[in-house]
Amino acid sequence: MSAPLLELDAVSRRFSRRISLGDRIAAKLGATVEMREVRAVESVSLSVMKGETLGLVGESGCGKSTLGRIAAGILAPSAGTARLDGKPVMSETGRREKLTTRVQTVFQDPFASLNPRKRIGEAIAEGPLAHGLIDRAGSRAYVAEQLSRVGLDPSYSSRFPHQFSGGQRQRIAIARALAMKPDLLICDEPVASLDVSIQAQVLNLFLDLRRALNLTAIFISHDLGVVRHLSDRVAIMYLGRIVEIGPASEIYAAPKHPYTQALLASVPRLNRHREGRTAFKPIAGELPSPLSPPPGCHFHPRCGFATERCRSEPPQLRPLGPERWAACHLAE
Amino acid sequence: MTAALEVRGLKTHFFTRSGAVKAVDGVDLTIERGRVLGLVGESGSGKSVTGLSILGLIDHPGRIVEGSVKLDGQELVGLDRDAARRVRGRRIAMIFQDPMMTLNPVLRVGTQMSMALRAHETVSNDTARERSVRALSRVGLPTPEQCLAAYPHQLSGGMRQRVAIAIALLHSPSVIVADEPTTALDVSIQGQILQEMQRLGAETGVALVWITHDLAVVSSLAHDIAVMYAGRIVEHGPTADVLAQPRHPYTRGLLDSVPGEAKPGEKLAQIPGSIPALIDLPPGCAFRARCSRASGACEAMPEIAEIGGRLARCFHPLEAA
Repeated sequence: MSAPLLELDAVSRRFSRRISLGDRIAAKLGATVEMREVRAVESVSLSVMKGETLGLVGESGCGKSTLGRIAAGILAPSAGTARLDGKPVMSETGRREKLTTRVQTVFQDPFASLNPRKRIGEAIAEGPLAHGLIDRAGSRAYVAEQLSRVGLDPSYSSRFPHQFSGGQRQRIAIARALAMKPDLLICDEPVASLDVSIQAQVLNLFLDLRRALNLTAIFISHDLGVVRHLSDRVAIMYLGRIVEIGPASEIYAAPKHPYTQALLASVPRLNRHREGRTAFKPIAGELPSPLSPPPGCHFHPRCGFATERCRSEPPQLRPLGPERWAACHLAE
Repeated sequence: MTAALEVRGLKTHFFTRSGAVKAVDGVDLTIERGRVLGLVGESGSGKSVTGLSILGLIDHPGRIVEGSVKLDGQELVGLDRDAARRVRGRRIAMIFQDPMMTLNPVLRVGTQMSMALRAHETVSNDTARERSVRALSRVGLPTPEQCLAAYPHQLSGGMRQRVAIAIALLHSPSVIVADEPTTALDVSIQGQILQEMQRLGAETGVALVWITHDLAVVSSLAHDIAVMYAGRIVEHGPTADVLAQPRHPYTRGLLDSVPGEAKPGEKLAQIPGSIPALIDLPPGCAFRARCSRASGACEAMPEIAEIGGRLARCFHPLEAA
């Protein structure tokens, strides 16, 4: 770990409703048209070092997938830039195209991410052929190599996605991403749709590949146990902002932000050596709508420690120790 | 005292063109009042079909081919349609994974709740309203009056699931079968629902069958665990015993597959292979192809037998540690 491979510099992403003709006429006539805007990601800065796995955790709607897509060059940020090795991931102007093949993504649903009408060999070879990483003559051997690397029989290359189980499909999706020889792999909930026993197989595969290829990865998940197992550092997101970031072992052992504390406390743990049942300590209240996030600290309506300051002034990420940052007025 | 729910030798098969799928193939369960049973398994293990069979909700081409389901001592298998409807929703209720599938999207919550009440009782509008409000506040909804006037799409996922639970509780049933009720919810909301269910179970004395794939959820909620594999229960006993010292190799494999207890970054002890297709399952233990302890003996089906304070279906059970 030395230089950062990926740098996100104050990236934001907003989604707004398309303005309809009716709204436009109403606006012309002087009516105030409500512009509902979702701030999916609000000014997030972070960096991922070479060889590191960063876990990105949060509940649905917190913006973790949007942030992953910005890093992967699938979505252009509304503000800020994502840079890989100092060079922008996407073009700054015009059609905002992805400029690099060195970031690849593995998506959650292997049923949706593989074209059902394409043989998996073609699906794996398509990218490398289009970008000239391999030529037609060498593609068969290349595909065989990719398949055996993820623990699948090379003879499967002429099969279609429906002939595989969920776990096998996720292996194919990983093989397809790795066939582009990426430096950075974005994994967006890659094991969320798999059964526990299959999930363990895919996690083990990921651990092997990471070691063998010296991969850098962003691992997005709502499953705190999975993230703990894989990540060197963890970033916790809440309503578009990072609320805490730091080494995985330290965050899990001593979370500083009240949201992280509450989140870790509310996760049912498989404690195999516990006497009887335990009481749950859930977070009160619901996730506010990202259409109208609360002012100040987004977490203050659900926070037991909130003060007047938390209701008005959004906290900035502050350093709380080596490599540890939290966005809370009260953390120290 | 008779158990709230007693299932004996339940077999539910689906007769498809390519053969009979033995989704549930001989399941025995007993649940006392006020207890929570966690029915655990991976997809295709038959846990959901077991739940649906208990309520008599199996449709063509599926059929309960054998066995008995007794609710407070009354046999449910073989009841005619009308008799089954008098029991279902009143003395036994079900909560599904997706509350959007349970709730009618075009009716207000209040309308649906009074319909559920009137399916089994004659009540006045005022009484229906009052009982609905009481049920909604019991599941922790802060503004039950507003909730009655809302349509399901106006509620969040967690609130919808609370409404579904409130409807299940309306008639104070003896048994509730909950099929992955928190799987679609965020962890913070899941925590709230689990807390409510734990409290409600203790308060109302309802017996709860909690179907899930998530061992961590049952480990803190359930008194007893039954682990299913390929249509059969392979291990069944008190939660603490089963988790601390699993005797069936499949239970052990499942527990070891869960990241969280393992050292971060280390490889997880994985179960090789995947769940077999339930069509034309070869005789013998269904887990033997994935099992490191399998021997020639496993080509016959082991009986479920008592070992170390729980039941396990294995010829080569793990030793006590």
